[in-house]
Amino acid sequence: MQEIPINTYNSPTVILELIYRLKIKDVMTEALTTATLKTTLREIQVMMREQSITGVPIVQGRRLLGIVSMDDIIKALDFGYINETAEKHMTRNLIVLEDDMPVSFAISYFDRFRFHRFPVLNKSKELVGMITSRDITSTLLVEINREIEELEKRTNNVKLSDDLTGEVQTYSILKHDFENAGYASTQIKKRLKKSGASPHTIRRAAVAAYELEMNLVVHSDGGEIIAEYTPDAIVITSRDSGPGIPDIDKAMTKGWSTANEWIRSLGFGAGMGLPNVKSVSDSFSIQSDESGTVVVSTIKLEPQQASVKEDDGIK
Amino acid sequence: MPTIQEIASQEGYKAIVLSDTEATVSQAYTGDLLSDVMGNAPDDSALVTIQAHKNTVAVASLAGIKVIVICNGRAVPDDMAAAAKEEHVAIIATGDDQFTASWKIAKLLKLVGDA
Repeated sequence: MQEIPINTYNSPTVILELIYRLKIKDVMTEALTTATLKTTLREIQVMMREQSITGVPIVQGRRLLGIVSMDDIIKALDFGYINETAEKHMTRNLIVLEDDMPVSFAISYFDRFRFHRFPVLNKSKELVGMITSRDITSTLLVEINREIEELEKRTNNVKLSDDLTGEVQTYSILKHDFENAGYASTQIKKRLKKSGASPHTIRRAAVAAYELEMNLVVHSDGGEIIAEYTPDAIVITSRDSGPGIPDIDKAMTKGWSTANEWIRSLGFGAGMGLPNVKSVSDSFSIQSDESGTVVVSTIKLEPQQASVKEDDGIK
Repeated sequence: MPTIQEIASQEGYKAIVLSDTEATVSQAYTGDLLSDVMGNAPDDSALVTIQAHKNTVAVASLAGIKVIVICNGRAVPDDMAAAAKEEHVAIIATGDDQFTASWKIAKLLKLVGDA
């Protein structure tokens, strides 16, 4: 059974936006009860009972060394080593989350690993909180309530339709998340296919979306891909929170790339990303400074001169 | 037009993921730079490459590539195979290098004669 029964890829848009917008730091418990290597399991058991918690991180300063969970305590009682120290019996092999990851990440971790809690570290690898499935469900309930209230307010004014007009999809992209890279582009492609866009248009949009998405994965500190469908065009916007492109002219030059060896060995970083995006776009703009980069690619849905044949017969 | 099955049944070729044995390819492309593949590989094609990882499947699916031929005996990781199954992209593995694999597929496509 799923620990948190929300799937992170085809739930209603409102929920998806929510679990990508909410960060782990918005949900986690920050007030932590911790212990050190020298704390005995007996003392930890007392902490757990007094504070009704089921897992205690073992730390040195703010550095996380391990966790003693309720299971560890039960085992200690079972095998008679409850008076020994955490150092000897704590779980060291830990799976951790980062505080600025979206909550969707935590949800999939709870599904993937059978742990009841994950320690949360900040960028400097310091322990800043713990997250349990209960933290997630209670925050989500509050947020979902708020969203539903908003929706109820809006339903009277908005006519729902299945065509593309005005639809906006937003996807969060994490730095170096090669695991999920390509997801946003695939979704955009599927949406266009469903709407009956021509194969030529779909291909161009897929190229633009994929290159922008990979740029976020490879080069940015994380960001988002926003797809906006208007009656006559799809507008794909890539927005990130840094570090910015020092020389845009160079970045627009075929073959120029700042990607490292590892990234190149995966077949990325060929220096073709932005030039590819520009070549498939009807209009293209890029702005960048240290606080981030915004790229906007617009691809018209109506038949292009060069591809009139292909687009014939398709609405 | 050769079926994906025909490509896989050549000596030294092995189908790792095969969703539709009757599916055919009409063209092929060789490349290890995924951006280049993304921008230039034709629809309904076979991709000859050494990039044995999940991202290649994403590119194939977006670019309309039907089968990925992984060369030089590189191992296909499980998550790549799983992604390929999901996206209905076939994967074939071979010990041949990209040049040889491309030539063999070109023969099946009748783009070159027998040597």
